[in-house]
Amino acid sequence: MEITVLAFGIAKDIFGAQSIQLQTDGVTIGNVKAILEQQYPQLKELASYMIAVNDEYADADTVIQPGDEIAIIPPVSGG
Amino acid sequence: MIDIQLSTEPLDISHCINLVQSPECGGIDVFIGTVRSQTKGKQVVQLEFEAYERMAVKEMRKIAEEAMSKWPVHKIAVHHRTGVLQIGEVPVVIAVSAAHRDAAFHACRYIIDTLKQTVPIWKKEVFEDGEVWVSAHP
Repeated sequence: MEITVLAFGIAKDIFGAQSIQLQTDGVTIGNVKAILEQQYPQLKELASYMIAVNDEYADADTVIQPGDEIAIIPPVSGG
Repeated sequence: MIDIQLSTEPLDISHCINLVQSPECGGIDVFIGTVRSQTKGKQVVQLEFEAYERMAVKEMRKIAEEAMSKWPVHKIAVHHRTGVLQIGEVPVVIAVSAAHRDAAFHACRYIIDTLKQTVPIWKKEVFEDGEVWVSAHP
C-alpha cells in the first residue's frame, strides 16, 4: 500500500518536504514508524514524536486504511 | 459556549473577553501569551508558528470541553495565531468566564498547560545567527 505522510515543524525539515510517499506492506502505525526511522534516521534524535491518523493521535498498533490522513507530529510547542 | 480560532491575523483580546462575557458570571480569567525577546539569554528576532490546522482546532476544542467538564465554567474562548510574530505580539489568548473565580482560574491554567502539551502547533525561534524548532530535541 502507498501512503502519504504529512510533515510539520522539524519533521518537514527532516523530510525536506511537506509530505512524503511511503510504500509499506505493514498496516500499523508501528510499521510506518519503523520505515520512517529507517529512511530518516534523524527522527530518532527528536525528543519524541507522535503519529496522527485522521486528526487523532494514534498508537503503534493502530491499523491504517487506504485513504487515511497520516501525519507526523514532532514535539509540539504552541502557546 | 466554546469559541476556538486559529488565525493568521493579529488576535483581538477585547473580542475574546466579549465572547465569554455573560450576566451569570462573576468573573473572567484571561491568559495572554506574548512573544519574549530572549531565550536562555539569546536575543530572539522573531517567532514563526505553524499548525496542523484541522487537528489543532479539534484538539483545542477537546481541551476546552475537558475544562468545562472539570470545572463549573460558563464560556471559553481559545484563539491561537500562526505565521510570523514579532517581539511583544500575542500568539495565544484564552478567556474563561465563570460564576466564581476559582473555577475560571483553574480552567484557564489547565487549558494553557494542556494546549502546550497536545495541540499540534510548532514554534520556530529565529535568532541573529540561526533558527531552532522549540522543544524538538532533548
